[in-house]
Amino acid sequence: MAEVIMPKMGDAMTEGKVVAWRKREGERVQPGEVLAEIETDKVNVEIEAEAGGILHITVPEGQAVPVGTVIAYINGPPAAAAVPEPEPSAAAPEPGQPSAPPAAPQPEVSPPQEPVVRVKASPLARKLAAEHGVDLREVKGTGPGGRVVERDVLAWVEQRAAQRAPRPAPVSPEADFEDLPLSRMRQAIARVVVQSKQQIPHFYVTTEADVGRALELRAQLQEALGEGERLSVNDLVLKATGLALRRFPELNSQVLDDQTVRRFRRVHLGIMVATPDGLVVPVLRDADRLPLRELAREARRLVEGARAKRLRQEDLAGATFSVSNLGMYEVTNFVAIIQPPQAGILAVGRAQERPVVWEGQVVARPILQLTVSADHRVTDGVGAAEFVAEVKRLLENPLLLLL
Amino acid sequence: MPEMTYREALRSTLIEEMDRDPTVILLGEDIGLYQGTFRITEGLLERYGPKRVVDTPISELGFIGAGIGMAMLGLRPVVEVMTWNFSLPAADQILQNAAKVRYFSGGQVSVPLVIRGPNGAGVQLSAQHSQSFESFYGHFPGLRVVAPATPADAKGLLRTAIRGNSPVIFLEHAALYGVKGPVPEGEHAVPFGQAAVVRPGRHVTVVAYSRMLHLALAVADRLAGEGIECEVVDPRTLRPLDLDTVAASVRRTHRAVVVQEQWRPFGAAAEITAGIYERCFDDLDAPVERVTGEDVPAPYARNLERLAFPDEDRIEQGIRRVLA
Amino acid sequence: MQPHAESLAVPVETLLDWYRTLVFVRRFEEQTERSFRRGKIGGYLHVGIGQEAVPLGFLSAARADDIFFVSYRDHVHTLVRGTDPGAVMAELYGKLTGTCKGKGGSMHLFDVARGNYGGYGIVGGHLPLAVGAAYALRYRGTDRVCLCFFGDGAMNSGALHEAANLAGLWGRDGMCPVVFVVENNQYGMGTSVERASAVTELSRRFDAYDIPNERCDGMDPVVVYEVATRVVQEVRGTGRPYAVEAVTYRFAGHGAADLFQSYRSKDEVERWRQRDPIVLVERRLRALGALDDARAAEVARWADQRVQEAVAFAEQSPEPPPEELYRDVYGD
Repeated sequence: MAEVIMPKMGDAMTEGKVVAWRKREGERVQPGEVLAEIETDKVNVEIEAEAGGILHITVPEGQAVPVGTVIAYINGPPAAAAVPEPEPSAAAPEPGQPSAPPAAPQPEVSPPQEPVVRVKASPLARKLAAEHGVDLREVKGTGPGGRVVERDVLAWVEQRAAQRAPRPAPVSPEADFEDLPLSRMRQAIARVVVQSKQQIPHFYVTTEADVGRALELRAQLQEALGEGERLSVNDLVLKATGLALRRFPELNSQVLDDQTVRRFRRVHLGIMVATPDGLVVPVLRDADRLPLRELAREARRLVEGARAKRLRQEDLAGATFSVSNLGMYEVTNFVAIIQPPQAGILAVGRAQERPVVWEGQVVARPILQLTVSADHRVTDGVGAAEFVAEVKRLLENPLLLLL
Repeated sequence: MPEMTYREALRSTLIEEMDRDPTVILLGEDIGLYQGTFRITEGLLERYGPKRVVDTPISELGFIGAGIGMAMLGLRPVVEVMTWNFSLPAADQILQNAAKVRYFSGGQVSVPLVIRGPNGAGVQLSAQHSQSFESFYGHFPGLRVVAPATPADAKGLLRTAIRGNSPVIFLEHAALYGVKGPVPEGEHAVPFGQAAVVRPGRHVTVVAYSRMLHLALAVADRLAGEGIECEVVDPRTLRPLDLDTVAASVRRTHRAVVVQEQWRPFGAAAEITAGIYERCFDDLDAPVERVTGEDVPAPYARNLERLAFPDEDRIEQGIRRVLA
Repeated sequence: MQPHAESLAVPVETLLDWYRTLVFVRRFEEQTERSFRRGKIGGYLHVGIGQEAVPLGFLSAARADDIFFVSYRDHVHTLVRGTDPGAVMAELYGKLTGTCKGKGGSMHLFDVARGNYGGYGIVGGHLPLAVGAAYALRYRGTDRVCLCFFGDGAMNSGALHEAANLAGLWGRDGMCPVVFVVENNQYGMGTSVERASAVTELSRRFDAYDIPNERCDGMDPVVVYEVATRVVQEVRGTGRPYAVEAVTYRFAGHGAADLFQSYRSKDEVERWRQRDPIVLVERRLRALGALDDARAAEVARWADQRVQEAVAFAEQSPEPPPEELYRDVYGD
């Protein structure tokens, strides 16, 4: 028997929805076959069978369940699996005798325990909660055994009304605003950034890099590669970031608890990709080790996959540091919010022609501003400064990126 | 409005109806010469003679069955059972004949019969003489089951029972015969199937009938001092049972306590409670509480007997539980 | 037991009438058994084959406005009283046109307009009703009589004793014109009177309640009629109860499910068949020259045709509509 669970697709993911089952209840499936499409905060992904056998679906289409919930079994739920095979030698019927009925009745396919904790609430409280749009899980029950009763819902509604500007339930067409629901993805992003800014003490260090040579190198390499492949400045930035983290790994880490920080030996860069629905962060693995051409290919696959919502689970998990590039917009400098549980993120602006002193002359050079946001728990100003200085050094001496 | 006792309300109604309709006749043990065990029929033998006030032997099966036969032939017998405990030998007559003969005859006969007498717990009468029969008889279609709590309802319901065309199980309570109350003058009649909101209140609905109504009202008085407002509803008739009025009250108060003198399993309180759940589940803010007698035969010893039946304290506790 | 009353003056026309009635009700009962076997009639089916003389004799002796109560073996009483055979068959078929709209069935045939206050399914259960009904008849100032038919089995029920005691009491004031008619067919289901009753001469039980009583032949309609005429007249006059134990026999099983009849011998049944009420009446009519084979065959054809008409009526009648389920529960 194998369990098919709602996979955790990202560190911040708490629940996911079964969008569609690709196999039917009771169908025989082979390992590697696609079982279902899952919608997470970020993307829709497909789940494949890890084992072969008969599929028993326990979570129907359209239902969202917490990460880790069993959404199906292959070859039956535990009850079925526990039924022993009849011993062929023990009770073989006499020839000519009618065979005895099976000892154990055919087990019912019983769904696993309801994973969602049911809120204890009186019928009236439920009705009121529905009327006022109250999530009963948020209401503290004061009835017997913690039951949510009428007074609790009414108190909650009152409190909510006092806390926030009264929300004119249906906005009239003449109003000079409209109320829009937060999408699932925006809700997830909201949770992540609030958690990050609340829990991670950010600080910021900015530097400027002259990327004239890097642009020249990119142009030469692009010409050499031809039409079929593309190499971007951002690919050079990613490579530089990867190499810099290898040399100064303090920011390639994660705070586990008050006493422990985990420093990663490999460098996996989260690439912030804007999509119409919100941010998606695919992971560029081993950014420090990938040759530039392969890095460019992989980064392109990830960015396009993120936009088309067709990344796999492993493309989204396990970043150790992130890079956010708003260079395609008219942005010269910005600071980014760290993606928990990472310890740093590099914000990359647009390279801009600026007058600088170049070999004794004031000349126009393309200047790129780089700002690292760092978790002060794992490093201090010097550590962050050394890191960005190294990124700067690599970008200003881009041949180092080809070594 | 004149005041009279529950007993006098019953007796005066019998007289009024016997004066009005010569087909009304009385049967029962010691209702004539003896003047009635609880003196409901006092003076009636003298007034109406032995053909209309028939003293019977101790023969419930016989005289209740005969009452059914009389009713089938168009008389309106009012049969007294000395107590409802003695109705069981006649259960076959009541349940198999009175309740059903209209149905299995395809409507060719009716049974305009009233069987009346005291129901429920007495004082130290022990197991065979302390029983409530409303749930037992209330189970059977074809019967009406009535349990007045006040003199006014005793009069009004008895009149409706005598003038109706169905067999009526008229459950009085020995502890109430001496209770006084206002009774409307004239031909006061209370229709079956209309519960009374005896006391309005906002916080909890207390459903109680017969003797239990009086305990519930006393508790409501007590709790009013604390600002707890009980709405006390008396169904008055258990078959038909006016659950609409009960449910309307519960929709206002969101909480309900149902009181019943005796055994909880399969009881009238269970029926009323289920009716509340069916009609206004979404209006409930707490599970419906039942306050009932203990699930044992009635004991003789006074201290044990007190434990066996609901009292004001237990009703109060039930109300407090449902308000928690 | 009263001697045979060969000399009794029953007019030939009346005898012929009885003969036709007996043949018809016999054929009717035989048909109900066939319909039962074919699944057209459900539930319990207790036929009166062999016992016809008792209801025929008593109901012939009674006045048309006298009333009666009867046990669940009630088909013959109902037919003899003049209820349309189609309505009886329709009731057995569970049809709306039945005597009780299909809601009573075999055990509960009623025809109140003809004084038939019904068949009852609990042994002895209707005896107190008949006593009360008799009281009501007197209370309302009439001289009508109430007949109460029941079997030997009911003699051992408590209801018999309570009813008889009340009747004895109220009869002292002339307030209980009831005739207890014990249809002693000698078996309560499969238990013989000897095995069920400490006193086998059942009529004597009524001595205990000071109710005049007698025993008579329950196979010969002429004898039953003679006794019934006398008894009904006396009860009508006195307002006092009377009990008649009519010794009879059922040729059929207790009910349609009584297939083996292990409690009695074929010989015994055969002996009693010699005294089949139809045979007894037929013998008299032939002796009087009022019946020959041709006339008997004609009666048989007539009876069969009436039965088939009743069956056709029952077959063609509608079932009670669903709303009948809720009707007639309460009288108001």
